[in-house]
Amino acid sequence: MITEGKQKIWSDYQKEIPDDHWYYVRSCIRQNFFPASEKMFTEITQKVLGKDLYETPHHTTCGGIAYHCDTIPQETVMTIVARQFALMTEAGYENYVPSCITSFGNYCEILETWHEFPELEAKIRENLWKACKREFKKPKYLAHTSDLIYHWRNAIAAKAKHHLVNKETGEPLKIVEHIGCHYAKMFPSKGVGGAEYPYVLAGMVESWGGQVVDYPERRHCCGYGFRQYHVKANRGYSVSNTHKKFESMEPFHPDAIITNCPGCPYFLDRWQYVIAEQTGKTYGKDGFGIPVFTYEEMAGIILGYDPWDLGLQLHQVAVEPFLDKIGVEYDPKAKYLGMNKEDIMRPELPKSIKCC
Amino acid sequence: MNNKDNKPKNLYEELCKDYRFKEGFHTCINCGTCTAICPAAEFYKYDPRKIVSIVQTRDDQQIEELLKSDTIWYCGECMSCVTRCPRKNGPGLVIIALRDLSARLGYFTESEKGRQLLPLTHIMTGNILNYGYCVHPKSFKWEDHKESGPVWKWHTEHLEQSLARQGANYMGDGPGILRKIPQESLDELKAIFDVTGGTERIRIVEEYSKAKAEEMGMDMEEYERQAFEYCSDKHFNH
Repeated sequence: MITEGKQKIWSDYQKEIPDDHWYYVRSCIRQNFFPASEKMFTEITQKVLGKDLYETPHHTTCGGIAYHCDTIPQETVMTIVARQFALMTEAGYENYVPSCITSFGNYCEILETWHEFPELEAKIRENLWKACKREFKKPKYLAHTSDLIYHWRNAIAAKAKHHLVNKETGEPLKIVEHIGCHYAKMFPSKGVGGAEYPYVLAGMVESWGGQVVDYPERRHCCGYGFRQYHVKANRGYSVSNTHKKFESMEPFHPDAIITNCPGCPYFLDRWQYVIAEQTGKTYGKDGFGIPVFTYEEMAGIILGYDPWDLGLQLHQVAVEPFLDKIGVEYDPKAKYLGMNKEDIMRPELPKSIKCC
Repeated sequence: MNNKDNKPKNLYEELCKDYRFKEGFHTCINCGTCTAICPAAEFYKYDPRKIVSIVQTRDDQQIEELLKSDTIWYCGECMSCVTRCPRKNGPGLVIIALRDLSARLGYFTESEKGRQLLPLTHIMTGNILNYGYCVHPKSFKWEDHKESGPVWKWHTEHLEQSLARQGANYMGDGPGILRKIPQESLDELKAIFDVTGGTERIRIVEEYSKAKAEEMGMDMEEYERQAFEYCSDKHFNH
């Protein structure tokens, strides 16, 4: 693959990312589906790299999912976001980092709309004062949590215990990266690498020894579609889009997928299970699926954390073939244990996709 | 409740007041790039180019038909169209403005996909106002999400132990994953809903849905369950 032209495009879209002092807000979806990924983000930021990351229990949803499900008016979502900014201001921070692409897109859209229409920003300030008696400053810097991991990717690589390399062959593993639509499709200048060739995950993969797979449907949506998933009647839309991506990436035989967005890893993981149950088709080798990771999970694997501390047992697609390829040691019997090695049983095995 | 009661004089002018419309609607050259890139257009009988074209006619009758149709509810709001439009339009933003107007006027009850707004409103605003999250374990039931697989069934059956193993502070005090949002913060969210039209939007969606349920001869539980689960085969490309 000739990549020089694409690397030129990546280099045109870089953003300034301060190295320290971030105000952190969590993701509704990730806290539910990949809770240990957020745990890993604070672990890497605060303990591994020694950075200042502040969280208040008073922050809430940004309302982004409800907004994109068309259930709340624009002024409502904007005023919820204004309250989040007020909490940041009161805590004395000016660098704002959400753990969610829907939120990141929501914040980008709101700040841009306020920039274009200052009278709307004034209205929202008035709303916030009426509702909460709070005032706010806008963030000086806005980054997504993956931007920070990207920013620190080489520092993480320097502490790595494993690399994205096949331990038997010495070849780099082939990694599909999936960015998530709201990271840069609306505002390309806000994402590392822009909308066409976002580099935020590709940069991590390369720093950690892997090779990025370029495939035709690389930029296609995972199929979340907000109402297209949350309403049971619409979920055919969601699985059809994921199916399209897997059919497109299959000929390239990826070893794993790294994801940016809260929903994408869930859909790319779970719809593989559904496709296998419905059609018998699997996309990995020997009846397995292609494992799907968040960037924190992949960073945690590289840094040598126990896979079960990273929450990889909550994936439906087995991660063990990937761990075996790079030589991670793990205890298979500990996979589904609770706290203090408590026995909390184990999931049933699916019929069609192979699991460990 | 009759949706003729609050119909504005001119629907196009009403759309023009919406900031999403102001941002997303400039001159459309009908090139169809948005439709070519659109994930929804591949799955549903959906063509964002046609929608923008209809809006551009400023013909109120056609816009009203659009607001009452399934068509405006097919979009997944991925915003892929925003990146590609050569004229800096955002058809996805136009859709958001159309949906907002359809909700306000009660036109959403006239289509199968539009009626889904009731269960969606209950799920989303319920989660926000009760818990402070858009998605929450107490309302995300495995029975409604069997695609989440046997691993999720196991997780939800051992929710507190599994979340503790993942490092969560589930329903706990202080910061952390899935913490209990303090009541004073939930009260602030409620106040924001009251001040900004969020509470009024819930009321409107419920009132129009109730009227439609009566018209369809259903009780509210049956109406909402059907809106959430039923999918006719008229929507699809294939």
